[in-house]
Amino acid sequence: MTDSTMESVESFRLRARAWLAEHMPPRDEAPPPLVEDDAHEWERARELQQKLYAGGFAGICFPREYGGLGLTFAHQQAFTEESDPYEMPLMLNVPTFAICAATLLDMGDEEQKRDRIGAAVRGDEILCQFLSEPSGGSDLAGLITRADRDGDGWVLNGAKTWSTSAYAADWGLCLARTDWDVSKHRGLTMFLVPTKAPGVTMNRIRMINGNREFCEEFFDDVVLPASAVVGEVGGGWTVASRQLFHERNALGGGSPFVSGRGEPRTMPRVTPPNAVRASGRADDPRVREMLGEHLTLTKVAEQTADRVSRAIESGGLPPAAASIPRLLHAEAVQRGEDLALRITGSNAATGTGAGEGMGGRTAIGYLMRQSASLGGGSTEMSRNVISERMLGMPREPAPDRDVPFKQVKRGR
Amino acid sequence: MELSLSPDQKLLQESARGLLEQEYSLDRIRGMEGNEPRWSRDWWRKGAELGWAAAIVPEKLGGGSVSGEGVRDLAVLAEELGAGVAPGPLLPVNVVLAGLVAAHGHGPGHAAEIEALVAGESIATWAVYEPGREWTPSDPGLTAAPADGGYVLDGVKDRVEDARQADLLLVTARTPDGVAQFLVPASASGVTISEQWTVDLSRSFGEVRFDGARVDAGALVGEPGADGIVERQLQIAVVVQCAEVCAVLDRAFAMTTQWAFDRYSFGRPLASYQALKHRFADMRTWLEACHATTQAAAAAVQADSPDAAELISVAKSFVGERSLTILQDCVQLHGGIGVTWEHDLHLFLRRAILDQALYGTPADHRLRLADLAAL
Repeated sequence: MTDSTMESVESFRLRARAWLAEHMPPRDEAPPPLVEDDAHEWERARELQQKLYAGGFAGICFPREYGGLGLTFAHQQAFTEESDPYEMPLMLNVPTFAICAATLLDMGDEEQKRDRIGAAVRGDEILCQFLSEPSGGSDLAGLITRADRDGDGWVLNGAKTWSTSAYAADWGLCLARTDWDVSKHRGLTMFLVPTKAPGVTMNRIRMINGNREFCEEFFDDVVLPASAVVGEVGGGWTVASRQLFHERNALGGGSPFVSGRGEPRTMPRVTPPNAVRASGRADDPRVREMLGEHLTLTKVAEQTADRVSRAIESGGLPPAAASIPRLLHAEAVQRGEDLALRITGSNAATGTGAGEGMGGRTAIGYLMRQSASLGGGSTEMSRNVISERMLGMPREPAPDRDVPFKQVKRGR
Repeated sequence: MELSLSPDQKLLQESARGLLEQEYSLDRIRGMEGNEPRWSRDWWRKGAELGWAAAIVPEKLGGGSVSGEGVRDLAVLAEELGAGVAPGPLLPVNVVLAGLVAAHGHGPGHAAEIEALVAGESIATWAVYEPGREWTPSDPGLTAAPADGGYVLDGVKDRVEDARQADLLLVTARTPDGVAQFLVPASASGVTISEQWTVDLSRSFGEVRFDGARVDAGALVGEPGADGIVERQLQIAVVVQCAEVCAVLDRAFAMTTQWAFDRYSFGRPLASYQALKHRFADMRTWLEACHATTQAAAAAVQADSPDAAELISVAKSFVGERSLTILQDCVQLHGGIGVTWEHDLHLFLRRAILDQALYGTPADHRLRLADLAAL
């Protein structure tokens, strides 16, 4: 479709406004609390997506040939603004649309794009990522899940972990080692794996705050056809890099494939302002100073993210500078947890009666203090990126560089 | 600070750099003796010709900014002077001008004083602190009692920058109608000025006593009880402080990074040790954050936007505290030479200590943020 035949953003906005008012349910003011059995929420998300598809408002920035509308980010932003008062299938944004479908669009073959993106846009399928491994940590490319050739197809064996909402997904993008005779980045291949395939075992991981969103998977002789390969055999790192780019883009709010605003579900978190209100210590200057510190750090993190993204766009800073807001965000979140705990004071020790209450919720929030500096790559890796790629300092020695992976030491 | 400067702002920056390098090298500043004047009026007049006292004064009052955004131009200048830990009354003169311009149209006009300040022919400074008191501009102990159509001032101010070189003192005082400010000649009878020690080698401060000092009603700036003028002055002061500290940090960080590449220990450069690389990454991150928050504060003050008060307190709270952390890390990474008189680092640290202390400490600004958040 050429620009001259594309519907204007304003016309699209007005059409969306009218359709949303007639077809979509109004949004609940308070998001539902996170519960262990959330199967009905996923069912609800699929239904809402099917509704959007039927109404012609699904996959706004995906090409028409893969089930989308082939419109621009501006159209998507207009729709997101208009859809704010309504219930939206937010659970499908990340990772299904913004990361997995976006990666398939860049790297998949025609059939994968048509089938998987099409099914996701129609609300028929949910996608997830199988990247991290139990022994991997920050060394993503050092993974040992293997796919071995078997005739035209492949046999997958190994284990993955930290797969967000994989329990609800139909397909996973799985990075596996297919060549052990080359160095670690060169021997990888990306596969599309059905989550219900024979040989796939999945567990939900229980976190210290009760959250069970993450999963771990075990693959025992999972048989995959040749058509499961995404991109080139041996070119898995290129696909994964694209995937990580889309992940950063989604978390930074820059993805054109996110439809609707806000977090799908939130763990109850006690921020320092809430702690001040609940503690009854708003007149204590020590508490007020802590509140001021929190307000400072959150504002500075925002201001810096804004400045750095503008600087990267204009070429004033290299893309590696994206690690700067990542570090500041982690610092602001961690300090926020510290301050909330200190403001709550002795009330963090016990709940309200038999319930956790505000004091208990502060303590539970503090249990997860480090998550902001672990998720999406550890802050240590961000610091390496800043010192090595921005300041040009010598890289860390890596005994696995340019060594056939089978010769790389893995454990003592 | 700004991501990109206009050609006019670049010119302003380059001309300032030239004038500074010519006169005040870091070696000259290191050699400054206790009683020696920190800067010459000739030098300041040359700066004024380049626009150092004109940026935030509207053209109709004899001023003018090169970009049309005077507060941002002032921040560019402050960075330039900060980078060289320069002497000179950039902050006090511009803070007084901010007050006179904000008050213009309310009470006496002070057009002649503004003109002389813009031209660099006259020097003014803000007498707002009082001995033994922290930052409480709205609660002065110095009194201004109405008498014979004028006022009589009694009380003591201290931490008054360039008090001995100033021609005019902008004094906060308590009147029966609320807090007011007066523009008082330093030579007025009843005014006594004495030197105060200060940590920054290129700055000077004084204590000013007012013993029955008489001023006429024309000395009034604005109207008693109006606190918007003091707020505007504070905002300008903090923008100047944060901008100059950003430049100080840029220089100290560049110097320390270079050191990490040049200095070898155990057969390899310091820059190759992960424990140190991670500290450099943190410092680089905080440095970007200092610039981001200063730029946002300057833009808000420029636009006189409703969140200007909040954003200057965010900037001061962050830059004031983090600047000291970064500079002490620079000292640590230099090792013992970082605490020698011959090394330049202490000149930067002195300026940062001074700037975090005045016009509200980081702690004061945190309390202000809590007040502004109405919690």
